[in-house]
Amino acid sequence: MRSFTYEKAHSPAAAASAAVRTSNAKFIAGGTNLLDLMKLEIETPSHLIDVNGLGFDKIEPTPEGGLRIGALVRNTALAADERVRRDYGLLSRALLAGASGQLRNKATTAGNLLQRTRCPYFYDTNQPCNKRSPGSGCAAIGGITRQHAVIGASDACIATHPSDMAIAMRALDATVQTARPDGTTRNIPIADLHRLPGNTPHLETTLGAGELITSVTLPKPLGGTHVYRKVRDRASYAFALVSVGAIVQRDGTGRVAVGGIAHKPWRVEAAEAEMPRGAKAVAARLLDGAKPTRDNSFKLALVERTLAAVLTEAKG
Amino acid sequence: MRKPSAFEMSRRNLLIGTATSVAIGATSAQAQNSVPQPLAAATAADAPAMATVSFNVNGEVRALKLDTRTTLLDALREHLHLTGTKKGCDHGQCGACAVIVGGQRINSCLTLAVMHEGDSVTTIEGLGTPEHMHPMQAAFVKHDGFQCGYCTPGQICSAVAVLDEIKAGIPSHVTDDLNVAPELTNAELRERMSGNICRCGAYSNIAEAITEIAGRPA
Repeated sequence: MRSFTYEKAHSPAAAASAAVRTSNAKFIAGGTNLLDLMKLEIETPSHLIDVNGLGFDKIEPTPEGGLRIGALVRNTALAADERVRRDYGLLSRALLAGASGQLRNKATTAGNLLQRTRCPYFYDTNQPCNKRSPGSGCAAIGGITRQHAVIGASDACIATHPSDMAIAMRALDATVQTARPDGTTRNIPIADLHRLPGNTPHLETTLGAGELITSVTLPKPLGGTHVYRKVRDRASYAFALVSVGAIVQRDGTGRVAVGGIAHKPWRVEAAEAEMPRGAKAVAARLLDGAKPTRDNSFKLALVERTLAAVLTEAKG
Repeated sequence: MRKPSAFEMSRRNLLIGTATSVAIGATSAQAQNSVPQPLAAATAADAPAMATVSFNVNGEVRALKLDTRTTLLDALREHLHLTGTKKGCDHGQCGACAVIVGGQRINSCLTLAVMHEGDSVTTIEGLGTPEHMHPMQAAFVKHDGFQCGYCTPGQICSAVAVLDEIKAGIPSHVTDDLNVAPELTNAELRERMSGNICRCGAYSNIAEAITEIAGRPA
């Protein structure tokens, strides 16, 4: 690990301005992804700003009937919150499908959204990777690509976003609140937070320099049946090959978002119009334009079948 | 104590020499793929930054001055010499380093010591001693919940915290109904313990040990 200086931030504005004032600074909260990457020298900040003292650790009702989740709320606390379990079961289920108990005790809401890909070529510093070292190339393309993206990828990067929680947030149409170094704040729809790789896979979100996530807000509950189904190589404690998060209403309409297949949580609103017609119709629209590799073409069938299982489960 | 033989000394020197040349080899290989850094910047980046931290470990307040890079795991093992907590993968994948901080189990390898100012840390040494074992430690012995023992301190810290998590009503991936208090089934224990890997494969005995303790009246 490279050496770094360390400070504790005492206000969001101070944290954001420290991040732009100090060169090569990063925020740290749970640290479960950042420290892993720092040990491998994939992340090499020279200054860490500890934001754990900023008090964003509450889950509060909003005037609109939703919930505002502090950026520092731990994954365990969010999954266990009574209101989340009752009204946003999809979110609880997605959180509980991710990582392990001791990691969820540390990992935060904002950190979960900002975690980086687990592409093995990104992790192997002996390999070229446009995400880790822009312009160096992509060793995954032409490599072993069973885990990689089947849609929305580019000639520069075929990595996937690893978060389970983000799939639920996308289906729920969450919004992300931030504080910026100039003292202003803004709301970002979750659909606009993560980027597709294009020619700049090292730019993973639309956050500006020093911009700090302060909370994530859920709109009022949608009702319906909430299902999160994750298909992985082990029964527990593994990243998804494919995951499907869905909210299904009695009349068969609803929402669906898919994980494990793209550089961001994958949701196609137009595909949801097909939900009453079944999984095959939805999957066809959802995966329109997919470009799988020989190693991961199984994911197309797996999405359809997982979705079929989810819709069957939702019918009860 | 036995003195090291000439062979051992030269073997040690040989290994150090080999490690050095491997490191140089890696550096020059990397240099071909990356933009060379100015020497001064590289030196400054390598200079350790020190910070102080004070936290309570097993009931005792400990103050340390540490390189900011020191993980909680390394602070416990290398600075406080509490070597019961083990370093397995050092990347949060195996759970050997699990300790209890503020009542919650965490992987001590994926957290910086300086981030724990004022915290309360319980390690395996704080749960019990060979003479006065924690009930969970005694159950692991009784049920043969280990073979080599390397993952055991993490397993036991995790297991103690798991029972508290179930008591607190925290659901898991295998909990059927999110709105009903989770039950202490074998499936629940196995799912909740999945972040603690045992390469010897003592899982069934570990599950039996935890089940016995969970079955006891609190």
